[in-house]
Amino acid sequence: MTAAAAHTIADASFRPSETAVGVPLEVEDPTDGRRTTGRRFVVPGWVRRLAGPVLLLALWWAVTGFHVVDSRSLTGPGSVFRAAHEMWGSGELPRDLGTSLSRVGWGLAIGVAVGLALAVVSGFFRLGEDLLDSSMNILRTVPVVALTPLIIVWMGIGEPAKIFLIATGTAFPIYMNTFAAIRGVDNKLVEAGKAFGLGRLGLIRRVIVPGAVPGFLVGLRWSWGVAWLLLIFAEQVNASSGIGYLMTQAQSWNRTDIIIMGVVLYGLLGLLGDVVVRLLEGTLLSWRRGFVGT
Amino acid sequence: MTARTAPREAHSAPTTSPEHGVAVRTSALRRVFGERAVLDGVDLTVHSGEFVVLLGASGSGKSTLLKILSGFDRRVEGDISVAKRRAVVFQEPRLLPWARVLANVTVGLRDKDARARGITALAEVGLAGRERSRPLTLSGGEAQRVALARALVREPDLVMLDEPFGALDALTRVKMHGLLRELCERHRPAVLLVTHDVDEAILLADRVLVLSGGRFHLDQPVDLPSPRSRTGIEFGRLRTRLLHELGVNEELTRYEPPGATDTTTGTPPAR
Repeated sequence: MTAAAAHTIADASFRPSETAVGVPLEVEDPTDGRRTTGRRFVVPGWVRRLAGPVLLLALWWAVTGFHVVDSRSLTGPGSVFRAAHEMWGSGELPRDLGTSLSRVGWGLAIGVAVGLALAVVSGFFRLGEDLLDSSMNILRTVPVVALTPLIIVWMGIGEPAKIFLIATGTAFPIYMNTFAAIRGVDNKLVEAGKAFGLGRLGLIRRVIVPGAVPGFLVGLRWSWGVAWLLLIFAEQVNASSGIGYLMTQAQSWNRTDIIIMGVVLYGLLGLLGDVVVRLLEGTLLSWRRGFVGT
Repeated sequence: MTARTAPREAHSAPTTSPEHGVAVRTSALRRVFGERAVLDGVDLTVHSGEFVVLLGASGSGKSTLLKILSGFDRRVEGDISVAKRRAVVFQEPRLLPWARVLANVTVGLRDKDARARGITALAEVGLAGRERSRPLTLSGGEAQRVALARALVREPDLVMLDEPFGALDALTRVKMHGLLRELCERHRPAVLLVTHDVDEAILLADRVLVLSGGRFHLDQPVDLPSPRSRTGIEFGRLRTRLLHELGVNEELTRYEPPGATDTTTGTPPAR
């Protein structure tokens, strides 16, 4: 043994140590006894996602149905639905809903286009950033609502003023998120794109814009919410149609059922936006394999 | 800094004119980072069809040299002329994750037959039928083969590879060496491959250059018959020579830690 030890360093690591013999080791089942066996009943995603709103509806129904709250303060789902049915039949609701949707649609379309264009310009060109980014960050902190008097002076109280207000408000979230996402695009991919002959436009189209899509979608989701917020504001200050107008009118007649119908409608429209963005994510980001939660 | 600019005058011969059969020529190349000259007087000539391996320890400036030759680094002194039709293979595949494999191969190509050539190139690297795959579904070796196809499809006169197999496992690396050698013999571009792997250098190169202290210290032709293998006296002799040039003494490293990576030297445990 002593003679061999001089030149066999290799077996030093192989020598059974004292601790390895006799002392019981603590062991455990790494799955903690909770195995995932072949077939398991999984509740579909949309059912789970719907559970929250359904629960909320049930709570609302219970609170009003058992007269926990006075019906003049909070009407039940039944009478709200009746009010909606009645106003849909009279053509009042479709007209106001259509007006509101078109205001949001136009405002959002213009805001997204402007925000996206500005983000690409200042995200891609350093000169663009120097000229644009600081101004955008200053303007971002100004509450858009504070611009209303100015907008009224400029454009009056017609449709353009409302669309302008929504467009202004929605451009900023799009800009901020898309700009950050463009700057987050892996420089190595940009370098590779250049090495393989992509010009400026090619880089924007093939590398920068696709890479910035995740951030853009976050901005879009945000903008959707801002758009409805500003719509309510615009319609309640000065309007003769739209859901906001409907709610203001209802207030003067003490019709809580119509007011709550307006709130529910806004909620449903917010949900619609969420669904739209989710569909966009599904198609535009199908290449991603991110963490989806446990 | 001012003292070193003078020699440039001596090398101001017209290097922009096309030189027959020369894919890369640099002279008195110098690149300074802060106070330190990472490249200091690099003279390099690579002929067309030649496979040159740049060997150097990490931080020796070999990647910097490739960056300069690909045009990414312009803060450089000295004369450079590089083949116009050139392609790069990076250490990471650098595929656009949102584009499918074929679109990644043909990225930046505007010719009409780009698609057909891309499909051919993919078949050449053994990825026929994977045109519509997403990059994130590929293994490391497959992704790097796509990167090879992306370089190949441009029919380059010069291919530069920056430690292209460094991130691959040992088994995949062996296969990739064979593939690269085969592709280069078929298309005969000039090749400039950067690595720190001495074995890789000997297996692939027509000529090995060792970069240290900012310039080439050894220009070693490799005259081994192909197919090459790691066994043989000549291989071992070259290996020792190159390692020595890199400042590594093989004899010492051999017995250092138990369970070292070099399996050929392991002595069986005494019974």
